Amino acid sequence: MNHKIWISFAVATALAVMPANAEVIAIVGGTVHTLSDQGTLPEATVLIEDGEILNVQKGRVTPKGARVIDASGKVVTPGIFAAHSGLGLVEVSAESSTVDSAQRGAAFGASFDIADAYNPASTLIDINRAEGVTRAVVLPNPAWPEDGQPGGGVISGQAAVVHLGDSDDFLVARGAAIVAHLGESGGYVSTGSRAAALLALTTALQDAIDYGQYTAAYDAGARREYSVSKQDLDALQGVIRGDVPLYLSADRASDIRVAIDLADRFGLSIIIVGGAEAWQIAERLAASNVAVMFSPIANLPGSFDSLSSSMENARVLQEAGVRLIIADGDTHNLRNLKQLAGNAVAHGLPWIEGLRAITATPAKVLGLGDRFGTLATGMAADVVVWDGDPLEVTTFPEHVFINGESVSLENRQTQLRDRYLNLKDAQPPAYR
Amino acid sequence: MTRLRLLAIVLLPMALVACGEDTPSSGQSDAFSSTYTPAASEPVLIRNATVLTGTGEQLANTDVLLLDGRIERVGRKLAAPRDGVVIDATDKFVTPGIIDVHSHLGVYASPGVRAHSDGNEATSPNTAEVWAEHSVWPQDPGFSAALAGGITTLQILPGSANLFGGRSVTLKNVFSRTVRGMKFPGAPYGLKMACGENPKRVYGSRGGAPSTRMGNVAGYRAAWIAASQYRDKLKAAENGEGEAPDRDLQLETLAGVLDGDILVHNHCYRADEMATMMALADEFDYKITAFHHAVESYKIADLLAENDVCSAMWADWWGFKMEAYDGVRENVPMVHASNACAIVHSDSAIGIQRLNQEAAKALAAGRRAGIDISDADAIAWITANAAKALGIDAQTGTLEPGKMADVVVWDRSPFSVYGKAEHVFIDGVHAFDRNDRSRQPVTDFALGTVSQPGASQ
Repeated sequence: MNHKIWISFAVATALAVMPANAEVIAIVGGTVHTLSDQGTLPEATVLIEDGEILNVQKGRVTPKGARVIDASGKVVTPGIFAAHSGLGLVEVSAESSTVDSAQRGAAFGASFDIADAYNPASTLIDINRAEGVTRAVVLPNPAWPEDGQPGGGVISGQAAVVHLGDSDDFLVARGAAIVAHLGESGGYVSTGSRAAALLALTTALQDAIDYGQYTAAYDAGARREYSVSKQDLDALQGVIRGDVPLYLSADRASDIRVAIDLADRFGLSIIIVGGAEAWQIAERLAASNVAVMFSPIANLPGSFDSLSSSMENARVLQEAGVRLIIADGDTHNLRNLKQLAGNAVAHGLPWIEGLRAITATPAKVLGLGDRFGTLATGMAADVVVWDGDPLEVTTFPEHVFINGESVSLENRQTQLRDRYLNLKDAQPPAYR
Repeated sequence: MTRLRLLAIVLLPMALVACGEDTPSSGQSDAFSSTYTPAASEPVLIRNATVLTGTGEQLANTDVLLLDGRIERVGRKLAAPRDGVVIDATDKFVTPGIIDVHSHLGVYASPGVRAHSDGNEATSPNTAEVWAEHSVWPQDPGFSAALAGGITTLQILPGSANLFGGRSVTLKNVFSRTVRGMKFPGAPYGLKMACGENPKRVYGSRGGAPSTRMGNVAGYRAAWIAASQYRDKLKAAENGEGEAPDRDLQLETLAGVLDGDILVHNHCYRADEMATMMALADEFDYKITAFHHAVESYKIADLLAENDVCSAMWADWWGFKMEAYDGVRENVPMVHASNACAIVHSDSAIGIQRLNQEAAKALAAGRRAGIDISDADAIAWITANAAKALGIDAQTGTLEPGKMADVVVWDRSPFSVYGKAEHVFIDGVHAFDRNDRSRQPVTDFALGTVSQPGASQ
């Protein structure tokens, strides 16, 4: 155990002192799904330099001095971009002392910035990157009313984007999205009805517009009172400009319609989160260019908001031209996003669209599509070499690159496994 | 409904009499016994499949013949039955019906409204007297969704709030207006027990006992002492020594365990706690059939093998509570490799729909760690081993001739994310056909509430 720590320490040190531009990495011979204009190349080379994709070329290319990764017979994809997580905010879900994802009370809403709670040492990071997750959106959770305390309000706060690599520039973007809730959950965190949730959200947006136009007057005390704090109004400016996407939870078809109306009225960029009945209004979603984030296996009428959940949600939405993001909010097992995508494919979604829904589309919808989510020149080198079809349940990464750095696939779970693989070992487990 | 209730009231006193006469020791009776009888079925020949028998064999280009609700024969080039159905399964797979040993369908039914919260009688740490079947709602839409995942048999358990949660019930995944019409004929009852965090949290937070793990164990011991005394008095009375005690439903169930008639299904995560529970079982001379969840079984797989206790596990759930923090992907294959009984379970209305994928994930993780297990062996995690843990392995769980014709035809390997159950047979009855909506059951609840995309796949 101890010697392992020292070895990995030595490796980390060696990497740190190497000049950043020392090396070209050539991932050679794999089937490369670029998700860019280059499409899928059956036998190709991905070149990485200075943390970025230098280019993707047909055939086997090995520049002189390059570090060559033989990917023959393997599958190469962009890293998985997890669009809905509590990464770095939770260690053990049932232990509230290890969960730091929500705030309650009326003092702050949109200004609550979850990036400040992020823990880059969480064990969940290594465990999930070992299975191909390279970037994640970290969301503030809604605080539910409990023990006489109020809920956290209809706007939970600002989401961050992080990478799962070792370097301490893990924070990719603060305020990458604002998180809010409609439907049953919206009513629950606000004052009881979904109509109240809509009213609270609409009022905050109207206030943000007024404040944006008359900031000086407001600061001078010459403007009316607003429904939310100055900090929140500042935080909402990107949303009303349409620059910062608004995650809006809604499952019932009628609530999704309300969300689209809201987006149309204020010119918002929204992402429907949940979307259980989205297939029922697929055409409308496509016409408004609204992305839907959903779990393809949530097919039961789990609540009266999701009665018409369907295994065919993905297929119907895709056929209508809706942008799809696959996510289910399970942070410990972000590694199973690929299984979710595989199940959507099993029920009619084209395979490449399944892959896109956990890589390129979430990056693009978050406004980060020019850096992440595809394999093309100039993109951050988040690359995974898989031992087979990445959407299969039986495949694993052989190499994971984040910003061009090969990350260790060892983690707390592989350490536990290795300690107990041979129960006949004479050494007690604690000395293995 | 009224008539059924009347029937139950009428039957109960008779059952009491019967229990006094025939099976006095544990007070087991035939109250609420199964009323399920399979419908008549046509002979079915499934032709030219890759067959995973559940007995450790994988057979290529093989036929399976179902006759009168039983597996008639498995072999090559079997003759098609007269007046029967032939299913061409070229390039397809056939397995025994999938069995989930850990489900709460019906007791935590969809939709998950408060009124459907019927799985935890969290009013006392020992509620061995309650029976899960008295909470099961046969109209839970989860049953039909599970059928589409190949589930033919499932055990419905009470929740884990209590040290003794009550009796489980094993059901055939068939559609009936009554739960008795779903009960697996002759299946033994189970007793749900729970270790660790849940009972101590539920009762400790109310200022009661147990509030610690040691309080949990004291609670089990007190209950087993009472059950032993109850059983001794019953036996003595049977031999004309003293009066029989008043009938006590709680003690009756516990005595049933001591008699070996009721199987213990023990929710338990940590290795050290499982070891404590096995010592407890030694103290009171009962057997633990299976640990459920068993997230740390890989740490004591040798002890589990020695004690012949099954582990019913998830492929990869971890970290949702402290006692699940040490989950590893290789738990199932590591238990298997130590020659202990490994089972993949769901504990989820979503997960039950694809237990095959959970088995596949565990299998792949094992292979990655150098544990070489064949598909033919791994299928037992969700068929034969599950049947063993439910005490129904003589009737189902493999494709051996004479067993119930509980069979799934998969459109490709069930160890693929793309593999789907195409046909499901239960006792030879064609219960599900993916390409025929008339063979896709729809529960009452779904009528007028649920709609689905019109164009089928």
